[in-house]
Amino acid sequence: MQELNGEKTVKAKKERTPMPEQPAEERRKNFNEVALGYTKEDALAEASRCLSCKEPKCVEGCPVNVDIPGFIKLVCEEDFAGAIEKIKGTNALPAICGRVCPQETQCEALCVLGKKGQPVAIGRLERFCADYERQQGVKVPEVPEPTGKKVAVVGSGPAGLTAAADLAKLGHKVTVFESLHKAGGVLSYGIPEFRLPKEIVRQEVEYIEKLGVEFKPNYIIGRIKTLDELCDEFDAVFMGTGAGLPNFMGIPGENFNGVYSANEFLTRVNLMKAYDPEYDTRVRLGRHVVVVGGGNVAMDSARSALRLGAEEVSIVYRRGEEEMPARREEIEHAKEEGITFRLLTNPVRILGDDKFNVTAVECIKMKLGEPDKSGRRSPVPVEGSEFTIPAEVVVIAIGTSPNPMIFKGSEGLDQNKKGTVVADEETGATSKCGVFAGGDVVTGAATVISAMGAGKKAAKAIDEYLKEQ
Amino acid sequence: MAYKVLNKEEIAPSVHRMVIDAPDVAKAAKAGQFIILRIDEKGERIPLTIADFDKEKGTVTVIFQEMGKTTKQLAKFSAGEFLEDVVGPLGTPSDVRKLGTVILVGGGVGVAPAYPQAKAYSKAGNKVISIIGARNKDLLILEDEMKDASSELYIATDDGSKGHHGFVTDIMKQILDSGEEVARVVIIGPPIMMKVGAGVAAPYDVEILVSLNSIMVDGTGMCGGCRVTVDGKTRFTCVDGPEFDARKVDFVQLMNRLAMYRGEETKAVEKYDEECRCGLH
Ligand SMILES: Cc1cc2nc3c(=O)[nH]c(=O)nc-3n(C[C@H](O)[C@H](O)[C@H](O)COP(=O)(O)OP(=O)(O)OC[C@H]3O[C@@H](n4cnc5c(N)ncnc54)[C@H](O)[C@@H]3O)c2cc1C
Ligand SMILES: Cc1cc2nc3c(=O)[nH]c(=O)nc-3n(C[C@H](O)[C@H](O)[C@H](O)COP(=O)(O)OP(=O)(O)OC[C@H]3O[C@@H](n4cnc5c(N)ncnc54)[C@H](O)[C@@H]3O)c2cc1C
Ligand code: SF4
Ligand code: FES
Repeated sequence: MQELNGEKTVKAKKERTPMPEQPAEERRKNFNEVALGYTKEDALAEASRCLSCKEPKCVEGCPVNVDIPGFIKLVCEEDFAGAIEKIKGTNALPAICGRVCPQETQCEALCVLGKKGQPVAIGRLERFCADYERQQGVKVPEVPEPTGKKVAVVGSGPAGLTAAADLAKLGHKVTVFESLHKAGGVLSYGIPEFRLPKEIVRQEVEYIEKLGVEFKPNYIIGRIKTLDELCDEFDAVFMGTGAGLPNFMGIPGENFNGVYSANEFLTRVNLMKAYDPEYDTRVRLGRHVVVVGGGNVAMDSARSALRLGAEEVSIVYRRGEEEMPARREEIEHAKEEGITFRLLTNPVRILGDDKFNVTAVECIKMKLGEPDKSGRRSPVPVEGSEFTIPAEVVVIAIGTSPNPMIFKGSEGLDQNKKGTVVADEETGATSKCGVFAGGDVVTGAATVISAMGAGKKAAKAIDEYLKEQ
Repeated sequence: MAYKVLNKEEIAPSVHRMVIDAPDVAKAAKAGQFIILRIDEKGERIPLTIADFDKEKGTVTVIFQEMGKTTKQLAKFSAGEFLEDVVGPLGTPSDVRKLGTVILVGGGVGVAPAYPQAKAYSKAGNKVISIIGARNKDLLILEDEMKDASSELYIATDDGSKGHHGFVTDIMKQILDSGEEVARVVIIGPPIMMKVGAGVAAPYDVEILVSLNSIMVDGTGMCGGCRVTVDGKTRFTCVDGPEFDARKVDFVQLMNRLAMYRGEETKAVEKYDEECRCGLH
């Protein structure tokens, strides 16, 4: 057994401390959070595994370079307040990142302990610190003297929230414009409650409001005002409008009743709370649900469908499990909950009845061929292998692209063929003077932390730009 | 954020007009656009056409028919109360230009969206021939307003209680047959009326537009729930529309998609009526 009580343990534990979780049988019936979070004892045990490396590789793997050994050391010393302060020096949304960051491919992937055994559970520790702080009540930092400069932030996803917070801390007057009625972007409408409780997103937004940031929900740039008009009114603009436009496959039957884009399905469930009978928005249920895709979005859709009461939920993905872009942890969770994985399978047609309701999905088997541009082996259909899966609901989760609304009536903003905005990687500067951009609108669908990283860099660049003005 | 209701009146049985304080929306609004509103935290987002707007006063007017739970709830509002959310203006504005003669056909509450268009087409220098209809004369809305906004106004009722005994499309056909040179026909109303109207006008050498009312969630192109097939391609009503070339619209698909939640909606209304009767709400 370990020595706890703050004393540094002599020998680091080999195995990482497991995360307490709701049992799969229970959680598949509710929308409560799956992972329950470390207890203090768990956190101390896990923190003690960190070697406090002189050249910590983990920090290099973190897109915003959180001082990982630094905060973990403070956890070991039971200075949780100090630990969270350290994290917040570089990461404004630790309660969110600690839950949804793909740590296994970022900080934890580079942790030296991972070379031989299991890396330090950095994400879980981050979450522990953030939750500890929330329980204590979050302190609002002093805001400096106003600089007199005004910045508009368009979009309230992780990119916009981070940029807004950083700019406010520098004394600029920030207004955030959001087209939906709630702030948070994908954090609010996309990622389900059981992975990221909406209360946490709400508290983060509240914190940023306390920094003096004004939020204007129900405000669409491109409709109420153009980007050009914003440029006239504000000293600088940050675009964090994300990549919210759903892609469809273009196969026959895709407009039958019961075929959803993942965005619609998840928006109905998360933002509009269709799972709660007290709320008016509905979502169609089915005994059989087929989800097409292999990313986090597909996992979230499948696990939501299961919780809504579907008997059988299958994920249909055209490559193998190795190639799936979803986080490992989420794939494991989905499996434990009983989601069926139909790999190397691709839908070719959706079948319906005379009332236009979906009845089944016709699929074809695939095999892996030569590597494509992404470096992954490309799927090739196996001729004559068609078969059908019964389904009353089909969710298409095959990616998104930037919403073009903001480009309406605006001049001089360069876009790529895919509809993403061209922006400098280090500063977020676009071809349009005074307009900076970051997050999914620049990269295409990516991650929360990369969007935050972009928001941070842009805030710094905007500050410099404003000083030159 | 809350949006104040400044006025609400019943202008025909189960049809209500509501004036909402929403300066940002009013300032940007154009004919052919709509808003999405949410009554309260638990409410759904429902789209309603901007039937009128006043940029000076900062108000938008909607006209709605009681259909299901949300519109019934909305009907209970009175001046001074607040809506949780109003977002807009949404949708691509109508392409209003000087074309010559334009026929505007409005059926049922479809007259409400036809009204700002009548004003806009008139202002652009067109001869506007409006044809409005309803099941009977009591259900007819905006007669005076439409008269003021149009060069000519015709009325049709299904039961003959006012104007032509029959359908608005009968009058539309008569005008198209009369040799009057018509550049464009705009038909707004229940999907079945738009489908039939589009069919009647199709053989004539005239542009035909319809305003589609597919089921929506966000209204910004994000959910894809409002998709319709136009010219064999999938389009999103909320951003690509709501107006489309009637000859190319797949109306059968639209009507089937509108029926998607019928079962759940009936249940919601029954539950709501039940709760209202118990006097606790
Ligand atoms: C279901 C799902 C699960 C995911 N899971 C994970 C995960 O586990 N881990 C992870 O790291 N990443 C995950 N991601 C990806 C991650 O959420 C995104 O990469 C991230 O949210 C991008 O942030 P952003 O700020 O660029 O944009 P968004 O979060 O998309 O926010 C953009 C905001 O801008 C608003 N907006 C758009 N246009 C306008 C306009 N014209 N005017 C005003 N407002 C506008 C939108 O309404 C939206 O609120 C997931 C994504 C989805 C959809
Ligand atoms: C662009 C647009 C403009 C519209 N303008 C008007 C208007 O000016 N006046 C007006 O009375 N109505 C208008 N509608 C229709 C209005 O949105 C629906 O009547 C309303 O959403 C019904 O809500 P409910 O909860 O009362 O009824 P529900 O119980 O939800 O539905 C009753 C019936 O209404 C239809 N319906 C449900 N939801 C929607 C929806 N989101 N959009 C369209 N139809 C739906 C369905 O066919 C359903 O069977 C418009 C719709 C669109 C898309
Ligand atoms: S690499 Fe691993 S062991 Fe080293 S400091 Fe980072 S978390 Fe600790
Ligand atoms: S309503 Fe969601 S895309 Fe049109």
